[in-house]
Amino acid sequence: MAEMVIKKKRPKNLDLMSIKLPLPGVLSIIHRIAGAVLFLLMPVLLWLFQSSLTSPETFAIFKSVVAHPLVRLVLLGLIWLFLHHFCAGIRYLLLDLHKGIDLASARLSSWIVFAVSLAMTLIIGVKVLW
Amino acid sequence: MVNRIVVGAHYGLKDWIIQRATAIILALYTVLFLAVVGAVGPDSFEAWRGIFASGFMKFATFLFFISLFWHTWIGIRDIWMDYAKPDGLRLLLIIATAAVLVGYTGWSIQILWRV
Repeated sequence: MAEMVIKKKRPKNLDLMSIKLPLPGVLSIIHRIAGAVLFLLMPVLLWLFQSSLTSPETFAIFKSVVAHPLVRLVLLGLIWLFLHHFCAGIRYLLLDLHKGIDLASARLSSWIVFAVSLAMTLIIGVKVLW
Repeated sequence: MVNRIVVGAHYGLKDWIIQRATAIILALYTVLFLAVVGAVGPDSFEAWRGIFASGFMKFATFLFFISLFWHTWIGIRDIWMDYAKPDGLRLLLIIATAAVLVGYTGWSIQILWRV
């Protein structure tokens, strides 16, 4: 049988002001927001990629665009979102394999995701963008 | 524990697997890309273009784009299914997402094979 009725009444609290989202929850919503933001900016990123590869002239345009401090700041933000999605994604793949599913290790791995993605963002920011 | 048969009907098992398979490809390409850029250290247009002129990187980058757009399709569709409640709006957003992703696929092929 594929259908099943869950009758159990569970306590429900959806008051966003009183909910304190635990760290794995924060990780999860940033993972989703990162995916959405990267999707929305895809045409801009594809345009940048195209400009960088088409001709020396468009490459010069690409370089001048990414030289702008505000663009660099946005790119750094996007790199962080990508790396967060990357690290959190690896964590999810491990959870799928039932690795680290108890509360303590799930919290620890969330801390690791934040630490590693932020550290990688800093390294790339320093090495590539500045 | 809810036990149910997850094959046969549309329970999304195929999408679930593709989401993870494409994720692995995207992650591997990210490591490859960082390694190649780190090794080549492209400091000019010619050097940067040279990376994507090689047959292997063209293939790998093409695989990356296909995986990226497929992965994005499943993820963004999940977002619309969670938040866009009116059926008409949801359908519109899902179709629009599919349409732009198909367009991006063509665009990325064009970018890569003009190198």
